[in-house]
Amino acid sequence: MCLGIPGKVEKIFDENGLKMGNINYSGTINKACLEYVPEIKVGQYTVVHAGFGISIIDEEEAMKSYEAWEVLVEFAAKDGVDLYGNPLEESKDLIK
Amino acid sequence: MKYLDEFRDPVIAKQILSEIKKTITQPWVIMEVCGGQTHSILKNGIDQILPKEIELVHGPGCPVCVTPLEIIDKALAIASLPNVIFTSFGDMLRVPGSNKDLFQVKSEGGDVRIVYSPLEALKIARNNPDKEVVFFAIGFETTAPGNAMAIYQAHREGITNFSELVSHVLVPPAMTLLLSSPKNRVQAYLAAGHVCTIMGWREYEPIAKQYKVPIIPTGFEPIDILEGILLAVQQLEEGRYEVVNQYLRAVQRDGNRPAQDIISKIFEVGNRKWRGIGEIPQSGLLIRDEFSIYDAEKKFNVGNIITQESDECIAGVILQGLKKPHECPAFGKECTPMNPLGATMVSSEGACSAYYKYQRIKND
Ligand code: SF4
Repeated sequence: MCLGIPGKVEKIFDENGLKMGNINYSGTINKACLEYVPEIKVGQYTVVHAGFGISIIDEEEAMKSYEAWEVLVEFAAKDGVDLYGNPLEESKDLIK
Repeated sequence: MKYLDEFRDPVIAKQILSEIKKTITQPWVIMEVCGGQTHSILKNGIDQILPKEIELVHGPGCPVCVTPLEIIDKALAIASLPNVIFTSFGDMLRVPGSNKDLFQVKSEGGDVRIVYSPLEALKIARNNPDKEVVFFAIGFETTAPGNAMAIYQAHREGITNFSELVSHVLVPPAMTLLLSSPKNRVQAYLAAGHVCTIMGWREYEPIAKQYKVPIIPTGFEPIDILEGILLAVQQLEEGRYEVVNQYLRAVQRDGNRPAQDIISKIFEVGNRKWRGIGEIPQSGLLIRDEFSIYDAEKKFNVGNIITQESDECIAGVILQGLKKPHECPAFGKECTPMNPLGATMVSSEGACSAYYKYQRIKND
């Protein structure tokens, strides 16, 4: 629960009064809240934790963590689960 | 990709390792606080390549593992209520309560959904105004800013069908408790990197001083951990006990101020029970009275909860670094990830699941 994924900020927008961003994690784009990294700009990288950017890091740092992340994902997949411990099949129908 | 190569380069790992070997002259016990670090250590075999003088013991930094059984049973009761949509991080769904887990509640017809962010839970509340949406807000300082933000945002938007079942714990009081125990064996800490990203490392300075233990905020990569161990061993051998930050790329002394501000707006510090360890004074975050309409414990009266822990499970002593998972008689026999008796076998940050996954079945 305390690991975090680094991703690149592709777009910044307001949603219900919160600073949000589209974050690209090695090709997969997801939304994250950027209220805790108020100074972040498009093109910068942030460590995202449970849907929130918690720190700004430089690109090389991000590349390094990508690899660590991929290894973790692969490892979890070998056991038939995703990174949060959800069985891969079940997590598909549970996530709405 | 030069940087990446450097970080994973076994030559660099070997250099740090030989530095550790050159420095060390006597046995030392070092605790890595965070379960993410425990998994990284076992997965990368760091425990097996270190000189025999270093014993790594695994700390309580597994939020799923320390969430008290009462709260899990409450979650099960609330999730079973009609008209409730119960949302949670996926890790919590297989944690055994006294009689069942959240997956079972779901299979019995409860509306239990996995979310990756508390803001997703809030969105479900926004889209389902006729339902009560509850988010299972557990974790350390790392998840607290997100969980606080969901309440803050619900308040701003006037959403009243949203609440959180909170079991938030704080790491420094637990570190202090372990050090003050007469059974304590820990001589240095590798502190949890992302907890420090939020909170900084000022809080550790008085602990290091009072208990004379080096404290090293450390990352999760194998090289981070080796470097953290080297920084700890150098101090131990020289008789120093300072806070030295290994995780420079993500941790600053003052932490993340905007995140800390929202945490203290929504939560206040109070006593909190840790599963397997007991109540630790001032070790939890509780929803402030002014936001109590978002407190699921106050919103739902689920009656008296009578808890029943497994007789065999010794997770509590494992979380305090006093025993290793393979010393539990049930490890790998009655207790496996498919049939867990304790939360430490379920969580992706639990020491028992790490020992099972990476096959540490006996003392080497
Ligand atoms: S192996 Fe299972 S029963 Fe034993 S301590 Fe770990 S979780 Fe508890």
